[in-house]
Amino acid sequence: MSDNLTLPAQQAATGTGSETLLEVKGLTKHFPIYGGFPIKRKVGAVQAVDGVDLTVGVGESVGLVGESGCGKSTTGRLVTRLLEPTSGQITYAGRDITHASRRQLAPVRSEIQMIFQDPYSSLNPRQTVGTIIKSPMEVNGINPEGGREKKVRELLELVGLNPEHYNRFPHEFSGGQRQRIGVARALALNPKLIVADEPVSALDVSIQAQVVNLLQKVQDELGIAFLFIAHDLAVVRHFSQRVAVMYLGKVVEVGDRDSIYNRPRHPYTHALLSAVPEVAMDDETEERERIRLSGDVPSPIHPPSGCRFRTRCWKAQDKCATEEPPLVQISGNRDGHLTACHFPEEPTTEARDEDVVLDPALKALEKAQDKH
Amino acid sequence: MLQFIIRRTVGAIVTLFLIGAATFFLFVAAPSDYASLACGRDCSPARLEDIREALGLNLPIAQQFWDFMSGIVTGRDFPDGHCAAPCLGQSFYSGDMVFDTIMDRFPLTLSLTAGAMIVFLTVGIGAGMISAYRRGSAIDKAATGASMVLSSMQIYFLGPIVLLIFVYSTGWVEDPKYVPFTEDPFGWLAGLWIPMAVMATIFTAQYTRMARASLIEQLAEEHVRTARAKGMPKKYVFFRYAWRGSLIPIVTVLGIDLSALLGGGVVTEITFSLQGIGRLAVQGATTKDLPLTMGVMLFGAFFILLLNILVDIVYAWIDPRVRLS
Amino acid sequence: MTTLTKTEDAPAPTGPESFLSVRDLRVQFSTEDGIVKAVDGLSFDVERGKTLGIVGESGSGKSVTNLTILGLHNPRSTTIDGEIVLDGKELVTATEKELEKLRGNKMAMIFQDPLTALSPYYTVGRQLSEPYMKHTGASKKEAKDRAIQMLEKVGIPQPKVRFDDYPHQFSGGMRQRAMIAMALMCDPDLLIADEPTTALDVTVQAQILDLLKDLQQEFGSAIIFITHDLGVISNMADDLLVMYAGRAVERGSVKEVLRTPKHPYTWGLLSSMPRLDGDIHAELTPIPGTPPSLLNPPSGCPFHPRCAFTDKVSGSLCTNVRPPLGEGRASACHLTAEQKQTIFIDEIQPRLR
Repeated sequence: MSDNLTLPAQQAATGTGSETLLEVKGLTKHFPIYGGFPIKRKVGAVQAVDGVDLTVGVGESVGLVGESGCGKSTTGRLVTRLLEPTSGQITYAGRDITHASRRQLAPVRSEIQMIFQDPYSSLNPRQTVGTIIKSPMEVNGINPEGGREKKVRELLELVGLNPEHYNRFPHEFSGGQRQRIGVARALALNPKLIVADEPVSALDVSIQAQVVNLLQKVQDELGIAFLFIAHDLAVVRHFSQRVAVMYLGKVVEVGDRDSIYNRPRHPYTHALLSAVPEVAMDDETEERERIRLSGDVPSPIHPPSGCRFRTRCWKAQDKCATEEPPLVQISGNRDGHLTACHFPEEPTTEARDEDVVLDPALKALEKAQDKH
Repeated sequence: MLQFIIRRTVGAIVTLFLIGAATFFLFVAAPSDYASLACGRDCSPARLEDIREALGLNLPIAQQFWDFMSGIVTGRDFPDGHCAAPCLGQSFYSGDMVFDTIMDRFPLTLSLTAGAMIVFLTVGIGAGMISAYRRGSAIDKAATGASMVLSSMQIYFLGPIVLLIFVYSTGWVEDPKYVPFTEDPFGWLAGLWIPMAVMATIFTAQYTRMARASLIEQLAEEHVRTARAKGMPKKYVFFRYAWRGSLIPIVTVLGIDLSALLGGGVVTEITFSLQGIGRLAVQGATTKDLPLTMGVMLFGAFFILLLNILVDIVYAWIDPRVRLS
Repeated sequence: MTTLTKTEDAPAPTGPESFLSVRDLRVQFSTEDGIVKAVDGLSFDVERGKTLGIVGESGSGKSVTNLTILGLHNPRSTTIDGEIVLDGKELVTATEKELEKLRGNKMAMIFQDPLTALSPYYTVGRQLSEPYMKHTGASKKEAKDRAIQMLEKVGIPQPKVRFDDYPHQFSGGMRQRAMIAMALMCDPDLLIADEPTTALDVTVQAQILDLLKDLQQEFGSAIIFITHDLGVISNMADDLLVMYAGRAVERGSVKEVLRTPKHPYTWGLLSSMPRLDGDIHAELTPIPGTPPSLLNPPSGCPFHPRCAFTDKVSGSLCTNVRPPLGEGRASACHLTAEQKQTIFIDEIQPRLR
């Protein structure tokens, strides 16, 4: 299968065809582990991110999905340069910022902002909302027209908070409102790219939608590009034009929303989609495929050789252990839809004749029940 | 585990050496020296030189330091006799071997510490457990109140009051004094029970509060709730599930307290007019007695490091996550 | 989407035959800030071998209800009124000793986070064996055999070896399996699963949910499944109870409640949730405002400050009168049956596409 790929690994297309804002190539982050006796030395590394390629176009929203330990959050922190990459290259607006120093980063810092998962711990409880939103402007020496305070009030209004609450403290707000404060802070510097790391997963269902809508409004009206990191596939689908699926530090599949959600090729994408619990609205909807993997994600300290998903994959063969599949446009994929798999699946999420059930306990129980 | 103990022991020896070096060089750097103090007011340069030579202060500083440190391992010979390893040098002031002096004083310090510890551990943790088990009850409120008051007391306040009542005004008890346990166990207890009791009271109060707080925290843990959810009786859950985890902060503080107590408590010793390690430390510093100061310093540091290692071993015993990582 | 043609004649789980019956349950905590009405007049039934889903957001009282069934609240600061009858046995008035005999035996619980819910100090094997020995009087050896058998059943590889491991040596999914094995040790008639998959990754969640369903078939336990995730509940439950501010606002079979919901809060939940096959251009419709404080719940219908349809109800009914929840398929809302149907078909259903 893998020999009928049609395009080389690198593609510049961002899917929307617009100008590239952020380009990440071979991005790698290994966290060293120390141990040993009698002298401590580096004995290994958590390969949190291991050769990630990604592009985000101007004003585009790219989703980054995957399960815990897949490196999606680390990728976000590398892009915002909260972490120093081990290797690889990060290019922002044509400028290489991979190892840029604080001073070199200064002009870029204001253009790349981050929104965090936990609205409770990411706001300083001793500062007023006004101070929190104002401080990025102070740090970067930005004086908007009409003064900073006016700008803060405008931002509060924009994110749907009462500008009168300028002098309140974070604890006086609910979780959803605090996340709005986080959004306002990110917007204070007129960023071009916002990295949102699980921005709604700590919130209640009814509040999640409020924040998703706010982010969508921000993206549409202000033309800000988003790297939207989340584990909730439905939220990512709703928000992102393009989606990258990560597994154990690598992007295994990337493409436009429709390709990833309706025409996935990588077995892991299939498994992920089939695992999402959905409200069955009626009996007529097409049955979705049922794939139940076995076990948990392996440790990123000793990831499997070759294709990292092979230990949980039903299609794995010898080749998968020896040869790492490149992230390429395999035949049958649309432009910009890249898959890293030697033995890709059919591009559909419809139910199969036979469910894929790898979990030994499920297999045993279901076999016994079939007999009755 | 063995690897861990070896590594920690090596680390402790290095630390002791560094503490010794720091003490030594700080002492030497200080603007006064023992020789001129001993020489007195009408001191002739020749006499000063004699004293310096007798004390070994004429040697290069590095040499003096090395002699001291190596003496701990190999022993040293002084003009007036041999000092067996572990040799902590000869006191400038009294001419006694410092290690012997410390060993003379240590039984008292050890007695006070051990006596107080037995009480404050059993009574303190016991009261804390009852308080936590019957949280909100009258017993809990009484224990919490009493421990709050007592733990804010100081030895130098509580000690004299007790002495005043039991010794000076009523004469029920004799002045505290030290009788070796091996000679006369009753005399030992009779001589020391007042300082032990005063120390124990203050520590008991602290340990009651700590044990109570720690247990209440543990009782709120989800795994404790799980144990209840599977039908295990309340007492069983309390002793098997909550108690074990509650020991961790107690062990931590106990390690710190014990190493401080064994290093000598000046305040306690002065309050009860006893001769322990603490007074020795004060004496060494005030008389510029370098070997004595070094000796007491290293002796105290030894306990701090030893107890640190012991505490870590106890952690591993309590918590398999420590043991198996 | 099925259209609303069916009349309301769904058989309701009713009192006497049901295995667990909760009637007018009220749970109040006294705190420094005042009295928290965590559960406020809740009634429901669970049938033998069936799954009741309880859905609600944080602070809706869903977890408190279930801790109350097991009797695991702090008796000092908690007041409980009402009735909980499990298989003919009244639990609210039961003594601690009686409850201890039932817990882990007739009724067992699976908690949300298996890392904190298992003791770090004892082996998985010991934690599994303990309740079995206590409730059945089995020997250590018998309990060990049973535990190994259960570990194998829930899919722990090499159960004989893993029996002696500590929880921290298990992965997240494996821990939750061990937790399930522990709950099933004594073959309970009622299993309470409190957000059992919320802490897990989505592929592992799918495995665990299917495992629970398959095990239920084999063991025949009734399950109360608590979650905030409507997708999860749609796959797991037979009946569904939607809770808001300590009260049940809607009840019915899962299909009825999720396909033809009748309460504005359920409408809100469904339309604020993006779907994998939904229209990507349709905006989500969040519920405005925030969940109420249980210290000071709104008067009348607790949902009225966030409800978009109060103007359709005559007078000040919504703000003054608490709408009752009828028996069987019901919703606690002052809107008339026709209004609910019209609003759902005209306004809500199009959003769910």
